[in-house]
Amino acid sequence: MSSSKLMSMADAVRSFVRDGDVVYLAGFTHLIPFAAGHEIIRQGRRELTLCRATPDLVYDQMIAAGCARKVVFSWAGNPGVGLLRAFRREVEAGRLEVEEYTHFGMVARLTAAAMGLPFFPLRTNQGSDLPAVNPNLRTVSCPYTGQPLSAVPALPVDVAVVHVQRADPTGNAQVWGIIGEQREAAFSARRVIVSAEEIVDPEVIRADPNRTLIPDFMVHAVVHEPWAAHPSYVQGYYDRDNDFYLAWDDVSRDPAQTRAWLDEWVYGVTGRNEYVSKLGGERLESLRPEPLESPPVNYGIYR
Amino acid sequence: MAATAGVTRYTAQEMMIVAAARRLRDGERVFVGIGLPNLACNLAKRLHAPGIQMIYEAGVVGARPLRLPLSIGDPTLVTGAQSVCSMFDVFAFYLQRGLVDVGFLGAAQVDRFGNLNSTVIGPYDRPKVRMGGSGGACDIACLARRVFVLMPHQIRRFPERVDFVTSPGYPGGREGRRALGLPDGGPDTVITNLGVLGFDEGGEMVLTSVHPGVSPEDVQANTGWPLKVAPALEVTPEPTDEELRLIREELDPRGLYLRRME
Repeated sequence: MSSSKLMSMADAVRSFVRDGDVVYLAGFTHLIPFAAGHEIIRQGRRELTLCRATPDLVYDQMIAAGCARKVVFSWAGNPGVGLLRAFRREVEAGRLEVEEYTHFGMVARLTAAAMGLPFFPLRTNQGSDLPAVNPNLRTVSCPYTGQPLSAVPALPVDVAVVHVQRADPTGNAQVWGIIGEQREAAFSARRVIVSAEEIVDPEVIRADPNRTLIPDFMVHAVVHEPWAAHPSYVQGYYDRDNDFYLAWDDVSRDPAQTRAWLDEWVYGVTGRNEYVSKLGGERLESLRPEPLESPPVNYGIYR
Repeated sequence: MAATAGVTRYTAQEMMIVAAARRLRDGERVFVGIGLPNLACNLAKRLHAPGIQMIYEAGVVGARPLRLPLSIGDPTLVTGAQSVCSMFDVFAFYLQRGLVDVGFLGAAQVDRFGNLNSTVIGPYDRPKVRMGGSGGACDIACLARRVFVLMPHQIRRFPERVDFVTSPGYPGGREGRRALGLPDGGPDTVITNLGVLGFDEGGEMVLTSVHPGVSPEDVQANTGWPLKVAPALEVTPEPTDEELRLIREELDPRGLYLRRME
């Protein structure tokens, strides 16, 4: 019986995120761990290699705050809106190193690391200029047919953060809805922080074991952090705050304005609780979906 | 931009959606994003192709959305969907396995051989404009059986060679594509606000149809190389009243993806 790993986000970041780390904040549009990103900013981590298929607003904010040395990614935009302006400013000024892949390449890199393989063969990238600007994209021959295949190297991660709907105190983590690259990110990492909307009894986890994406022995810290994914969303809990994504396009247009936003919403609050109070009840209520429960499945009792 | 005779009845975007929708066949599996491709698929589903299956790169298969999604990972795509899988699964099991009939792409630039750029304008190391990058675009260009490209027709967007090949079309022609180890496929159709273009045996772009009111000279004036024109050049049939009604009243009534008038 393992013991509880429950702690605050501040303690989790203090204990498990170090300067210079290769970091993966997981979640494709869904469950993006903004609370962890903001805590990393508050604690002033530097020289991070930030990896995500879609850097999204969370990395735009971390880049603006000076946390990043390098970004490893496959699509750097504000989904449904346009560009990531802080990211773009730093790249165009030559101040931020980038290493880019395709979406398939990026998730295959995590999968290789998660499986303990040095690389993954793919039928993509050929004919693209991406291999010309990223020496990590190489060509291998199939050992059986000689056919040329593209190869991407494993992406070993120092610390991954995964936000989930529910976890138990030891870190068994359950997710539903879009599962993106969460499992791959956790298994590719040396240290894993799980934040959860709800902390549940281990029996709740055991009642539906197919839904456990990450088992507790992969997990180093468990943080009870409701609304941790705002302005991204949590299926069944709250909607994506599309107005925020649209507003960020203006906020991030100008470095001083971006800085003022960080001062108010990141440095100016002690943690997610305060951020959530600051958002206000009306905004939060407007994001709650009408519930739709899935009928239970029958696992059976076998003795 | 050429004036079009039908501009008072429908917009260029509506013409593009209709032209794309008519090229989708019933029962096809379509790898789709948000915006115009999404509307084209839904239009085809309401008309001649009710059996189209929409697959999203977020891992959603057979979505049944109650609202138009702003982002490709919107929760409305999940509720009521046929299946939700990981991103690795959607790219490996569906796309790489060859189960995707049509992939839709847009880009900042497309060239004579259908290569697409969505990465940088100018040199890679000191870009004049840094864009989003590949995302799933290169994967779709490599692995979908047919690729449909939707983009505005402007000379800076149609250079003879793109500044950066994010997603391959037919580099070195159709043979060149095969020699790279890519499965058969590649760009099938480019649909713009001026017309519809296909690709010949050598993998070179050919103008196959002009939208009503557009001349081949208008298209050439907005294209950065001497454009091949099909011997039997057609005029794209105008959107029907029913197609326009569906788009405006049922598919995008609030104009989330479409500007109402241009």
